[in-house]
Amino acid sequence: MTFSPELEARFARMLRNYPPGRQKGALIPMLLYAQDETGAVTPELVQEVANRLSVKPVEVEEVIGFYSMLRRKPMGKYHVQVCTNISCLLTGGEELFEHACRKLGIGNREVTPDGQFSLEEVECMGACSWAPAVEVNYDFHHKMTPEKFDQLIDSLAKRQ
Amino acid sequence: MPDVTLTINGQAVTAAPGTLIIEAARRHGIEIPAFCYYEGYSLQAACRMCLVEIEKNPKLQPGCTMPVAEGMVVLTESPKVVETRKAMLEFLLSNHPLDCPVCDKGGECELQDMSFRYGAGESRFTELKVHGEEQQWSPVVYYDPARCILCYRCVRVCDEGLGVTALGTQNRGVISEIIPNAGDHLVCDECGMCIDICPVGALTSGTYRYKSRPWEMNHVGTICAHCSDGCKTTLAVRDGEILRGNNRDRSGINGEFLCIKGRYAFDFVRHPERLQSPLLRVNGELQPVSWSEALSAAAAKFNEVKARGGRFGVIGATRTTNEENYFLQKFARQGLGTANIDHRRSGDVVTLLDALSGRANALATVEDLYTAKAALVIGSDLAQQHPLFAFQLRANWRHHQLTAYVVTPGPVREDLYAARAIRSEAGKELEAAASLRDDLAKSQDLVILFGDAIKGDAVRRLVEFGDSLGIPVKYLCLVDYANSRGAMDMGLLPDLGPGYQPTQTRGLNWREMLADPALDVLWVVGEDPLEETALASANAFVVVQDLFLTETAKRADVVFPSASAYEKTGTVTNSAGQVQRLKQAAKVMGVKPDLDIMGLLAKEMGLNLGIWIPDKVFEEIRRTVRGYNVALPVIATGGAAQTGAADGRIPVTVPPELIRSAGDTLFTSGTLGRYSGMLRSVMEAPGTLYKP
Repeated sequence: MTFSPELEARFARMLRNYPPGRQKGALIPMLLYAQDETGAVTPELVQEVANRLSVKPVEVEEVIGFYSMLRRKPMGKYHVQVCTNISCLLTGGEELFEHACRKLGIGNREVTPDGQFSLEEVECMGACSWAPAVEVNYDFHHKMTPEKFDQLIDSLAKRQ
Repeated sequence: MPDVTLTINGQAVTAAPGTLIIEAARRHGIEIPAFCYYEGYSLQAACRMCLVEIEKNPKLQPGCTMPVAEGMVVLTESPKVVETRKAMLEFLLSNHPLDCPVCDKGGECELQDMSFRYGAGESRFTELKVHGEEQQWSPVVYYDPARCILCYRCVRVCDEGLGVTALGTQNRGVISEIIPNAGDHLVCDECGMCIDICPVGALTSGTYRYKSRPWEMNHVGTICAHCSDGCKTTLAVRDGEILRGNNRDRSGINGEFLCIKGRYAFDFVRHPERLQSPLLRVNGELQPVSWSEALSAAAAKFNEVKARGGRFGVIGATRTTNEENYFLQKFARQGLGTANIDHRRSGDVVTLLDALSGRANALATVEDLYTAKAALVIGSDLAQQHPLFAFQLRANWRHHQLTAYVVTPGPVREDLYAARAIRSEAGKELEAAASLRDDLAKSQDLVILFGDAIKGDAVRRLVEFGDSLGIPVKYLCLVDYANSRGAMDMGLLPDLGPGYQPTQTRGLNWREMLADPALDVLWVVGEDPLEETALASANAFVVVQDLFLTETAKRADVVFPSASAYEKTGTVTNSAGQVQRLKQAAKVMGVKPDLDIMGLLAKEMGLNLGIWIPDKVFEEIRRTVRGYNVALPVIATGGAAQTGAADGRIPVTVPPELIRSAGDTLFTSGTLGRYSGMLRSVMEAPGTLYKP
């Protein structure tokens, strides 16, 4: 399996960050960044990462099963993550999530038929000061309201 | 550092610094319950059953990860601790099904025992239990996720103990479960260690599941019938039928370790093709006859050939007991007056013992593999061919940082932790080992294990190389089957008698017997030499004692159905020269132990070769074979006693072409393996050696 030169360079840097013999520490970041490029953690990716870090594929599977940010199926081009943890919940996060479901016409961890959007209810993202928070891919959007959410989605939809 | 003193439940306890509270308590007779903690494996602290109260500590602490400290005051049965255990059990049982009445583990389940001792009478949980469907992972391993309490013992034993890493954990929280390495099935050693170590009935065994209750069976500790490592396997027997094998009491040289053969491959005992009646060739066809008819036919022929000075050839086996092998050579030499006696050799023990002349303590035991500072493995895929030795070395590496060196023709599992692994083509092993000289000489001591690649003069050069290192070196000559070593010690050799005493005349070796056109009688006890070599003498009268109608038995004139190692008593000697005792587990109708058959044959011939009771023959062995004068209580109680059947000075030259290992993998075991359905049923079978 091959990755882009940038990602390969990043992997090489990452592996140097760990002491000799402890390279398997790079397992989670490696999967996460590889997933960004491949869209999902495929069986080939599992094998590839296992080979590169000298671990057994079942050990990679354990990590994928544990961390919800690692996905076996591709999410949308814009992966919309709505926090419903305490601070966001108190400031309308749950209503926001329900609104998002209606707006996008999909449920938790589902993808729109055109593959543009996917939605996920997530736990705390560390943005409590600006609750309720929404994250689209790696971009944060603070103090979200249903109206602001609609504008955000519409602008993203136009951008495609 | 000096030992620390602490108090556990008011009792003063001393322990080495670094000892865990749970271990310190256990050694003083105080049990702290635990599911996830398992001696010898990494710490998990997942089950929280071992929480104990430590004075001046605001919260309960897990006894399985907390080391002892000077002046520590620990309470393991205080009301607070007992209340917590009750709560932990309530959590564990929140999703655990109450199918104990049908669960295999019922009666020997740790969760059951804990619930009995600490559990609450009722649960406060009214929610629906999370249920997962039972899964078959292989013909021998089944997983019931609902029963799993996620102690990770199976994951650790597979990863750390075996180095296979076939099990993992999937998901989080209540839906977390154990997963096999190949999606929906396992690709592994199929050793079943995960099933054994499971504290509950989550992992169950293909041979045993839903067949019996633990208390309905008799548990017979005997020695595995397959390879030469000499593992003790405790067979659970009901109505003369073996239902399962394990070694949960950790008795024997293997502790609780068993591979697929010791744990599952006992089913050849009840194979439908098992011979259960003597056969006699009548009008060219083998016909079932009575014992007396078969015995008198064989005895008459033996007497007739003996009287006219005809030629006998006697071939013994590597799976029959020491008593049987001793009696057979006595029968051949004294009864038939022939020196033509041999068996199929798989390792050059003879040359090793000769080369070690005058050296004390030069033969390694299974225990040495766990305590040695360094080990050198030459020409053996240890994890495949000698699973116990591989397990011991691996445990040594995990616990005592063993420095391992490997010289093999292809990749082996020991490469994973070996300090150096060298690939060497056949015949070049010694040169490759010599390149390790500087590394090896740095160690305090060394164990060298070698297979059939090192034979004849190469053994002498290996011992010279060991001597030149200037450190204590012990040797272990790897042989194939359960009593391969014993067959040599007992003198199933054309030029050496019991205890490697040279005989006056040198007889024919087994290849020469088969090639001799003038051979009158070929007597084969438990071996199948015609499987690969044709018998040159067309008129030879062939007598065979075997479990099955082998190629040799098909050519026989008289066939006696014999009992397998699981159906008789006696002793066997493993690769390391450790003698252990067999106990009868199974009963099969119509068969007799080889010793009985030989005894009856002697009686029929009118010979007096002494009493043919295993204990009596062993007494004679103890008197006459060097090194076998072992302490009887040791072996009578299931222990192993090391023998050294010769102190060198064996004046024979071993033809290297007679030394050849069958190259069995984890999933083959010569003739017995062919008749074990379990061994053949796993997808890994038959397996290949030296495969990455």
